[in-house]
Amino acid sequence: MSLLSLEGLTVDLPTPRGNLRAVDGVDLALAAGQTLGIVGESGCGKTMLSRAILQLLPKRARVGGRVMFEGQDISKLRPDALRRLRGPALAVVFQDPMTSLNPVLTIGTQLVETLQAHLAVDGREAVRRGVELLAAVGIPAPEQRMGQYPHQLSGGMRQRVAIAIALSCEPRLLIADEPTTALDVTVQAQILDLLARETRRRHMAMILITHDLGVVAGRTDEVAVMYAGRIVERAPTRALFHGPRMPYTEALLAAIPKLDSAPHTRLPTIEGRPPDPTRRMPGCAFAPRCRYAEGDCVVGKPGLGPVDAGHEFACWHPR
Amino acid sequence: MAGFLSRRLLGLLPVLLAVSLLTFAIASLLPGDLAYVVLGDQATPENVAALRHDMGLDQPIAWRYLLWLGHVLEGDLGRSFRTGQTVLTAVTERLPVSLQLMVVAEAIGLLIGIPIAILCAVRAGGAFDRFMTGTAFSMLSVPSFLSAILLIYLFAVELHWLPATGYTPFLEDPIDNLRGFLLPAFTLALGEWPVLMRVLRSDMIATLQEDYIAMAKAKGLRPARILWVHALKPSSLTLVTVTGINIGRLIGGAVIVESIFALPGLGRLLINAIYTRDLIILQGVVLLVATGFVLMNFLVDMMYAALDPRIRHGRA
Repeated sequence: MSLLSLEGLTVDLPTPRGNLRAVDGVDLALAAGQTLGIVGESGCGKTMLSRAILQLLPKRARVGGRVMFEGQDISKLRPDALRRLRGPALAVVFQDPMTSLNPVLTIGTQLVETLQAHLAVDGREAVRRGVELLAAVGIPAPEQRMGQYPHQLSGGMRQRVAIAIALSCEPRLLIADEPTTALDVTVQAQILDLLARETRRRHMAMILITHDLGVVAGRTDEVAVMYAGRIVERAPTRALFHGPRMPYTEALLAAIPKLDSAPHTRLPTIEGRPPDPTRRMPGCAFAPRCRYAEGDCVVGKPGLGPVDAGHEFACWHPR
Repeated sequence: MAGFLSRRLLGLLPVLLAVSLLTFAIASLLPGDLAYVVLGDQATPENVAALRHDMGLDQPIAWRYLLWLGHVLEGDLGRSFRTGQTVLTAVTERLPVSLQLMVVAEAIGLLIGIPIAILCAVRAGGAFDRFMTGTAFSMLSVPSFLSAILLIYLFAVELHWLPATGYTPFLEDPIDNLRGFLLPAFTLALGEWPVLMRVLRSDMIATLQEDYIAMAKAKGLRPARILWVHALKPSSLTLVTVTGINIGRLIGGAVIVESIFALPGLGRLLINAIYTRDLIILQGVVLLVATGFVLMNFLVDMMYAALDPRIRHGRA
């Protein structure tokens, strides 16, 4: 049994311009201890997907399909049962630690309260574990940090604190939603390596959401590429980087700057923009921007398949 | 923290100076000569001139201000020429009554306002929210003399639960003292809670959209902790400001309610001073009330620092 499986997950958001389908029928499975990267550009629905897994969607959102976690549909759980799952089973690291940590509570409070919400520990034991966790995520002088407020720490340190909080109750699944986007480039690699190390050490599954293919390279077992609310290609990381089948993935890979190209080479870009998510289109959503598109691409939507050594893609004319 | 405190305290000096100048100016520029008021029907030109000289009224106004300020700084605010009581005695006699009224009223206002604001914010736009926002609005438009009369009719005349008027000092009988304060404080609170509720509600709605609230939910915290700790504290800066301003306003501003319920507070002292043209009392009370208001605002500043560490550390 897989740890997490999404079955036909859809998320609809009512907007003044009509219904916006943010997630359009996603099927995914993730085994315990596995890491999955979800890659896509802004607005492709990757954040809504993660919020749907965490059951943290805005109230007006309508969700279809099922989110199965360890065999139960967590979208049907009662609030109290869901609350007990969050922390010890499911945890999250958000994009910007400046806004995801409460500015008026100390690091210690925010760490200790999580431990005390789920584990039967007294105050002193919770503080001891908190210090231990801060040390484990590479924060120097952890005892002093416990009494400090988020604004007294650097961005990288704040994200380490957020990771310590997420790890505090030993979750089985960690969702990291663009965990390095708000950080300096020099700090990004450190944070990603920390996440990779802790997932291995704790045998924890992780979904790493990013717009940057470079972030998932070498740090996840599998990669799923999202476009316009759907998963368009999914493969073991190495296979995806070496032989992308879906033209969108190919174009994304081509858009990564290369060190060995001559100076002043123009970066390859993907022409056009993603489709308006409030308008349903019959064919492949990438067809208007795809250099390989043919007549049949705008008529019918390609499904995700066929699975060949764990590699699946949604395209009528794969590479 | 000590640096922050002394900086803020130093900033109070010019404000207090301006307050004293304004108070003195208002009392001095009121039409009518004080000497005529004091002398009444014995106001012959000779008597008036003699009294004016005795009281220093023939001196230039700037000089009189400086003299008065000097006395004030020595703690001498003057003496009523009607009762012979010093301003300080008159105020210290009545201040506890006004302070207690204001504290009880504000506490009741907060006790009603905060939970309603939180409940409204959690389901903003829902039936409860719309009902309470409407109720708050209509409560705001009920004048305090009307709600006072209605409350007296209900709780004193019909139900006989609480006394309609009268004041018992706390040390004499604490229970009677509190019973006497409940109706006037509740009257004031009826006008207070809608303001407090509306301010907190809108700040709460904004805070509940923050990432750190999503994070608190994702941590599996209990809803009560998310609301009362994670959301209330960062949402309460405006609430503290408004509470502080209202407390300051109530110190001398509960005139009508103090009169209706016959509470011997500062408001009544002020009204009597105005009726009897007791300018020394008037001037002294206004100065003390205004100073209290300024100090209240200073306390509000301190509360900001206590609530938000970023202000304490001089970052925001």
